Amino acid sequence: MSKRRVAIVGAGMTKFVRRAQETGKELAFQASKMALDSCELTLDDIGAVCLGTAPDAFDGVHMKAEYLSDGAGALGKPYMRSYVGGGTGVFAVIQGWYHVASGLFDTCLVVCEEKMSSCQPHPQGAFLTIFDHTTERALGPNLLWIFALEMNAYMTRYGLDKRDIALVSVKNKRNAADHPCALLGDPNITVEDVLNSEVLAWPVQRLDVSPISDGAVAIVLAADHVARRVTDKPVWIEGVGWSLDTAYWTNRDLSYPTYVEEAARMAYKMAGITEPRKQIHIAEPYDPFDYKELHHLEGLLLADKGEAPRLTADGVTQRTGDLPVCPSGGLLGVGNPIAAAGLMKVAEIFWQLRGEAGARQVPGNPKRGVAQAWGDLMQVGTVVVLGV
Amino acid sequence: MTVNIKEFPGTPLSEKDFQKGRILFTEWVPKAHYAWDAGVAIGRYLAELKAGHLIGRQCWGCRRVMIPPRMFCEHCFRPTDEWVYFQDTGTVRTFSLCYVTWDMRELTEPQIPAVIEIDGASKGMGILHLLGEVDPKAVHIGMRVKAVWKPAEEREGAITDIRHFKPL
Repeated sequence: MSKRRVAIVGAGMTKFVRRAQETGKELAFQASKMALDSCELTLDDIGAVCLGTAPDAFDGVHMKAEYLSDGAGALGKPYMRSYVGGGTGVFAVIQGWYHVASGLFDTCLVVCEEKMSSCQPHPQGAFLTIFDHTTERALGPNLLWIFALEMNAYMTRYGLDKRDIALVSVKNKRNAADHPCALLGDPNITVEDVLNSEVLAWPVQRLDVSPISDGAVAIVLAADHVARRVTDKPVWIEGVGWSLDTAYWTNRDLSYPTYVEEAARMAYKMAGITEPRKQIHIAEPYDPFDYKELHHLEGLLLADKGEAPRLTADGVTQRTGDLPVCPSGGLLGVGNPIAAAGLMKVAEIFWQLRGEAGARQVPGNPKRGVAQAWGDLMQVGTVVVLGV
Repeated sequence: MTVNIKEFPGTPLSEKDFQKGRILFTEWVPKAHYAWDAGVAIGRYLAELKAGHLIGRQCWGCRRVMIPPRMFCEHCFRPTDEWVYFQDTGTVRTFSLCYVTWDMRELTEPQIPAVIEIDGASKGMGILHLLGEVDPKAVHIGMRVKAVWKPAEEREGAITDIRHFKPL
């Protein structure tokens, strides 16, 4: 396949907050402007804009792409929105990648925004419509159910204890204490805090979950010849992959994310990665729930099935470990404005590979990282491999 | 965030600010109502629930017997072939004990959603339903369960014609 090399050359991010005073447009503008400023480009230099944002129902604005377009810098430009639920933040990068890789555009601004707090009394009310209207919604479902059902299937399959999984939440919330945009950083949190937190839907407890939040992230993509002109530290998109499993979610094996494996294999093949555990130096798997980080590490082929908890317990996934996982603090620590949270993971790998992550910087000059997100009806995997 | 940037936008607001009316905002309640077509497969599924039966559909390509039933096989991408009647028993494949409502209010007695693999369907074919008439502490994966139906005159052709599943 003939395609051009594509680099990330700039990134920007707002704080992730429980309720933002800013509108979604204002958040999108701030992240976009920061991303452009960070690589000293202006909107005139941008060929196309890709926007990622999750359900319109969150903030009650239908056709949210059109609504947010001015804040995303899309006025009068080729513009496209992608939406695959929680998988959106990484998928938007993939969409931006093929805009530039195809040769159609030299540059692309990728913006992800989420404002979940507008929906009252709780955005779950809007999110519940992911369940089948006839066969499932009549049962009065709670969105937490499907995560609890999946977590229980995973724990039972491999004989895991809640403690094995709580370690992920502790690691990520501690990592987030070093992130200036984090909502939930806590340098002193312990496993006991997680285990003693309120039971929501067993086995899911309050501190196993990332709460609703508002925020925006943006990155600038550029083709090879532009990237080398605007920065001496381009971070290359080496591989992309995405895959969708069935929406008959109760007909699936809930203990393993096949959709992530398929997406990872696609991305690794494109990146020439044959041994991911040796060739990937940092991972930012999607972690809206602590068990999902473990689930996704296995799907990303970075751990054997059922073995991700042991890697966590052994400290392998700490920032100073052999495979730092969610050095940003992840969704559990930084926050979970859905689409923005996915793009935050790509931005984190970008900053880490450039050595700009400050207190969060993983040691050893990492050369390659992977970011992944997950969403829709627990069925989509989106993966991006970045390298320098 | 990058060390090259020192100031980040994004202004947090507290819940108290909202309650005390210190924040300017507007409100709107959507007025949208929906009437869904159940479709061919689920339409018959619901009609059979009213009659006290659980049914599925088989694909003669991959041989899978599927519940919920569907008129085409997503693997073989061809029409499915035959209706199949099941017993109303099955096995709990996973479950949760849920102590909150959808809007995060507390429940004292948990709701017990489960994925139940229905006997006679292909392996892994489960449906979402609730468990009842069971001690939450006794629920376990692999537990055998049976449907508890509403009386025939109360059934309306809905998944709720099964009140819940109870231990067999």
